[in-house]
Amino acid sequence: MAKITFITSDNEKIEVEGESGSVMELAVENGVEGIDGDCGGVCSCATCHVHVASEDMAKVGPAGEIEQDMLELDDNFNERSRLCCQIEISDDIDGITLNVAH
Amino acid sequence: MSKSVLPDAFQEARNGKGFGTVDDQNDPVTMVLGLKDVRKCAHNWKTFQSGGEEVGRIVVPSEVAIRDTRQIPFEVDPPEHANYRAIVEPWFKRPLEADYQASLKAIIDELIDEVLAKDSVEVVADFSLKLQSRALTLLLNIPYEEAQVWINWGTHVFRSDDTALDADKANILYDYIDQQIDKAIANPGEDLYSVLLDSEVNGRKLSKEEVKGVMILTFAGGRDTVINAVTNSIAYFAESPESLNRLQNEPEITGKAVEELIRYFSPLTHMGRVVTEDTQVCEHAVKANSRISLCWASANRDERVFENANEVVLDRKINPHVGFGFATHNCLGATHARQIMNILLTSLSAKVKNIDILYHQDNIEDWQEFQRKVGFEQLTVSFR
Repeated sequence: MAKITFITSDNEKIEVEGESGSVMELAVENGVEGIDGDCGGVCSCATCHVHVASEDMAKVGPAGEIEQDMLELDDNFNERSRLCCQIEISDDIDGITLNVAH
Repeated sequence: MSKSVLPDAFQEARNGKGFGTVDDQNDPVTMVLGLKDVRKCAHNWKTFQSGGEEVGRIVVPSEVAIRDTRQIPFEVDPPEHANYRAIVEPWFKRPLEADYQASLKAIIDELIDEVLAKDSVEVVADFSLKLQSRALTLLLNIPYEEAQVWINWGTHVFRSDDTALDADKANILYDYIDQQIDKAIANPGEDLYSVLLDSEVNGRKLSKEEVKGVMILTFAGGRDTVINAVTNSIAYFAESPESLNRLQNEPEITGKAVEELIRYFSPLTHMGRVVTEDTQVCEHAVKANSRISLCWASANRDERVFENANEVVLDRKINPHVGFGFATHNCLGATHARQIMNILLTSLSAKVKNIDILYHQDNIEDWQEFQRKVGFEQLTVSFR
């Protein structure tokens, strides 16, 4: 079980809980504005771009190489960028905050 | 496993110099082949533009000689692009709605039942074109019966059997769209024409010409591409019956299977851009006002990114393909196309046990240096 807080580009704060699957799927199920997940989570569309809160970077970890290549060409890229379809829900990420990039 | 195979026509050039060259009506195109290079160029809309003066030039073969109407938002660059895209984006996301999906499922199920009842079926004309046309009535939100008009046009809107571009054929579409716009002006409804006519950009209503530009894009962009994706899917399942079985037993992989088939098929081989300044691609000089193309089909087989790039790995987990393009101008119809494929795979796996290929004639595109199979001219099968 992990509790995750999304902050949208309109500064809306959405707190959700998930058991398994990807963070993108959790966001889409809960209608988080700005997370579309068009490709269903295979790292092809970059419509699930988030910025991980600085204090949570260690919990979430860095992007893999293929994910990083996608992110670097997306608008609003920074060193805390992740595609949240590539973040698996587990106890390890309980309590993190993600700012939606778009 | 030979008839359904789409060979990678670009491997040697991609791994060597990284680009190819094709002449097109004396306006040559430098084809960018590697995934990273394709993505970089697609992202860099200032240097590689879509919205230049010469309408139709980014299409390969160029449509400069047969089209004056600018396709919108496809042939508009940022920042204006965003205003147009914002108008059409919500409409083109409607395939995510449950009602839309239920209607699409009814269309696809009916068609599968129809072909199951026949001894043999020519898939391109009697399955894929019908499916594409009937599904398009949903995207346009117009009566189902209108699909028959488009089915009667045949498989190619712009092409004849003997020529890549045919102005007379293109005019059938353009004249039809003019008529439909006039009908919507006289009698507004809840169809895409009416919605566009009522839309505003920069504080004014869209002009008739702009509405026509969106409609041409909608018709042209989603015709051959969807027909190829559907036809190639049938060929693939004919030769990989275990995949149909697997989709039935593991429906949770259907979304991944759709992305993988789009990667493997790459229904649109490439799309052009006009170069705005002297620059380089793949360490090759390209001049201002020349053309490049972003070769999605090649990028999607780039073995530096995709393991077993020439195989269909139905549940491929990381699949950063560019089958729907990339960046600013990514495919507007992708949501519709993904739903078509998703429902097609689900219904085929539920209803069809076996597909036998009885006759096939490949559709091979001639890009001079490269001969690429993109699908089939004809594919006759029996469904059981």
